[in-house]
Amino acid sequence: MSFINYSSREINCKIVFYGPGLCGKTTNLQWIYKKTNPDSKGKMISLATETERTLFFDFLPLALGEIRGFKTRFHLYTVPGQVFYDASRKLILKGVDGVVFVADSQVERMEANIESMENLRINLAEQGYNLDKVPFIIQYNKRDLPNVVPLEEMKKALNPRGLPDYEAIATDGTGVFDTLKAIAKLVIMELKKGQEGG
Amino acid sequence: MLGSDLVMYDEEFKLIDAELQRLLQQANAKVVFLVDKNGQLIAATGETENLDTTSLASLTAGNIAATGGMAKLLGEKEFSILFHEGARDNIHISIIGQRVILVVIFDQRSSLGLVRLRVKKSAEALGSIFSQLLQKVETEKGSGKSADSPFAEITDEDIDKLFG
Repeated sequence: MSFINYSSREINCKIVFYGPGLCGKTTNLQWIYKKTNPDSKGKMISLATETERTLFFDFLPLALGEIRGFKTRFHLYTVPGQVFYDASRKLILKGVDGVVFVADSQVERMEANIESMENLRINLAEQGYNLDKVPFIIQYNKRDLPNVVPLEEMKKALNPRGLPDYEAIATDGTGVFDTLKAIAKLVIMELKKGQEGG
Repeated sequence: MLGSDLVMYDEEFKLIDAELQRLLQQANAKVVFLVDKNGQLIAATGETENLDTTSLASLTAGNIAATGGMAKLLGEKEFSILFHEGARDNIHISIIGQRVILVVIFDQRSSLGLVRLRVKKSAEALGSIFSQLLQKVETEKGSGKSADSPFAEITDEDIDKLFG
């Protein structure tokens, strides 16, 4: 649910990074934070446990520049990935404009990926969204590890609809900005559609 | 498709800003701001220069969302007022019209009683401004008026430019 402010000429959108525990959602945000011009980012907030596992959410406000005279701001959020934080996960999805699903490419995490994807569908539905209609991108993270599932197999399991997807190594930034750019584009295009549709 | 987007026009923004300033004065507060339930900052007034209002807005919404989750578990519809007491500053948070969140930050120059009283009055005024705003958005949508919409003519090129 974007916020269009004609008074201050701003557009604000909310993007949520979803995925199983330890798949690299926070690492994605940290890389974006590290590589963004200080003028265009706010403080990154992490509500994490003492062992740096996300407890509630990470938050990174990003100003991307202007479109047709409107300042464009994206608010990036991550959800806690661990299964038992489901109540918190639901809350973060409120008012979402676009979702990035970060999958862990390691063989032993495939089940967790599939479970998290199902969980995303259910939690979105509870907020009145349909995963098939929300701007949605998939990122296959940790491609540098030795025990990864072949890309084709991951696509088959997680992306049967052939949505835009990206390989990534969030720790060194590979694919991180490609993912962000792709979801930003989808979100803005969706806003355009919404306006045209009246 | 994704529900109703929040849209703010100049006219309503000025009304809201004036109401927040009135509340700031009457409640003797340090900062007053208004946040959408999704964490978007709508307006802020007072001593905001050294305050990270964007982060505060996001955390406020998270706070309200978490409290709302607790309310549901208890069979309550919502907890409409939250109060955090600090050594120096205090925060009074209240939900207006089930959609926006009013936040008042105050110190020893004011009191919880005064803030509560003034917030109650402002909540009514703000509530009616927001109903007016929502009505306006609906009417404009219905009439298909999007002449000055920033999105109407967006191209792929515009979006690529964002990333330099």
